[in-house]
Amino acid sequence: MISGNFLAYAIAAPLVMAFVVNLVGRARGYLVAPLALLSLGVSTLCSLLLLARVLREGPESYTMGGWQPPWGIELVVDPLSGLMLVLVAAIALIATWSAGASVRQEMEGREHVFFTLYLILVSGLLALTVTGDAFNLYVMLEITAITTYGLIAMGRERAALASFNYIIMGTIGACFYLLGVGYLYILTGSLNMADIGRILPELYGGAAVATAFAFMLVGMWVKMAFFPLHGWLPNAYTYAPSGTSVLIAPLMTKVSVYLMIRIMFTIFSPEYTFFQHAGVQHLIVWASALAIIVASSLALAQTEFKKMLTYIIVAEVGYMVGGVWLANEPGMTGAVLHIVNDALMTLCLFLAASAVVFRQGSCRFEDFRGLYRTMPLTMAAFTVGAFSMIGVPPTAGFFSKWYLILGGIEAGQWAYVAALVFSSLVNAVLFFRIIEIAFFNGEDEHGHGHHGAPLRHEAPGALVQPLVLTAVALIVVGLASGVLVDSIIRPALQWLQ
Amino acid sequence: MEGLLGEIVAKYNYWIYVVLMMIGFYAMIGKRNLVKKLIGMNIFQTAIILFFVSTGVKRDAGLAIVDKELALAGAIDVATVVNPLPHVLMLTAIVVGVSVTGVALAVMQRIHREHGTLEEDEILEKIGR
Repeated sequence: MISGNFLAYAIAAPLVMAFVVNLVGRARGYLVAPLALLSLGVSTLCSLLLLARVLREGPESYTMGGWQPPWGIELVVDPLSGLMLVLVAAIALIATWSAGASVRQEMEGREHVFFTLYLILVSGLLALTVTGDAFNLYVMLEITAITTYGLIAMGRERAALASFNYIIMGTIGACFYLLGVGYLYILTGSLNMADIGRILPELYGGAAVATAFAFMLVGMWVKMAFFPLHGWLPNAYTYAPSGTSVLIAPLMTKVSVYLMIRIMFTIFSPEYTFFQHAGVQHLIVWASALAIIVASSLALAQTEFKKMLTYIIVAEVGYMVGGVWLANEPGMTGAVLHIVNDALMTLCLFLAASAVVFRQGSCRFEDFRGLYRTMPLTMAAFTVGAFSMIGVPPTAGFFSKWYLILGGIEAGQWAYVAALVFSSLVNAVLFFRIIEIAFFNGEDEHGHGHHGAPLRHEAPGALVQPLVLTAVALIVVGLASGVLVDSIIRPALQWLQ
Repeated sequence: MEGLLGEIVAKYNYWIYVVLMMIGFYAMIGKRNLVKKLIGMNIFQTAIILFFVSTGVKRDAGLAIVDKELALAGAIDVATVVNPLPHVLMLTAIVVGVSVTGVALAVMQRIHREHGTLEEDEILEKIGR
């Protein structure tokens, strides 16, 4: 009985804990972070067990409240959504580990408010990955969005303005998606994704279906900051508090990419997506090549580490969208693998940023001076994250990029391949610039203790431990990516088709 | 030309929603005052709500309160009952809209406290971009 409800527990644990945290945290602030960790530990455990079972016994569906699928809201765990569920839960767990410390520093006395929103956000993200109902997806999308607006607005300087811009853009995105759902409902009379997917093939070719498809895709692109629609992302993620950006930067865009895959393959079908409107697929791959090149170039112009990372995220979104739209197996495999890897890399780099901010107050490039001497562990982990972002072999980033490039070559999309290579070179320039500043500069300012021995000034353990863990995970996932692809991603893709 | 007019009149509810949506969209993108942007956002959301509600409409149909026994026996003509589902969905969407508006107003209050104005141009000038 208990094992049958794993899915409900995974989603409910953070949601219930959000209320507990809000009530208890007012009086006992020190309990907040451990309680949040506990609930996310439960989620991670449940989703791991669930993924193992799905891989063994095949997809399972959970009917909320016992209402049968076409009418009731259905939660579906297939290998792909199981993988996303584990990814979201695990990343949130690691992010929370560090968020406790940085939140205590940045907003003393308001931890319970922060963590209430934070846990509701995680709960919404978990539900997004498994929902099988198109309208429910909209509601969850808005739950995650509304909590994110609040979490970003808690930040410094221009955070409130950035959050307002995000509210406007996020609402446009979600409303476009809702409009698409409306058209599909008129056409099919159903809101269940699998049910729509069953009914829709008879109606292919109609203008209304194409309109619905376009609205849903554009809505998702706004949400994931696909290049021309990315305007809200850099400021929102830069000025958000460290605790917020550590969670939302790895997860929000990646979950949106996953949702795009859901829309393309579960609601519509590969035949519709790729072959019904022949030119569209090439156009989108071109657009993502453009996205990668422009976003990478914009990243070059930044002088603040966090802001540079946000532009890299925009470029990475281009990687994944392009990979999915290559319409062949290596491209698709690369895109899904890159969702996992990119979430880990972004987490690693934002954790490093959060540790630097904790000690230096901000993370402009000059704040990195001499950090290899004063914060060796942080910078070691940062280096692994940077190598992974560039795509240096033993780290995870290399393998997904390899699949993406193979896919690009197979599809003959040379612009996309060139954009990937260009972006890797730009990333190398970007990160080696920081590594150089951190390694060679600032000898005369920092680091002279007794007898010239360097003065260690490492960030607190709660920030360094998850960072080192993530860096190790990057290498482990990189070495195990063959296993990951064979045992999870390939079955997941077969199930999609 | 007449064909187009006939088309517009026959589906006037959809045309109204499109016009409303465009008004809201223009206000969100084009206006420089944050309150006006927010009002534009509300118009935009309302347009979509109207669109959904109008999909459930049937001519000469009654309320969707039916006897379960009769319904199971198939004794109810579907054409006499409006589809209640879009209305129910839109209740949720209205709640979402209200929440977003609330958050936006709160954020706006913080902006006003920090910068002393709600004109986007003036704020950007003060920040010095």
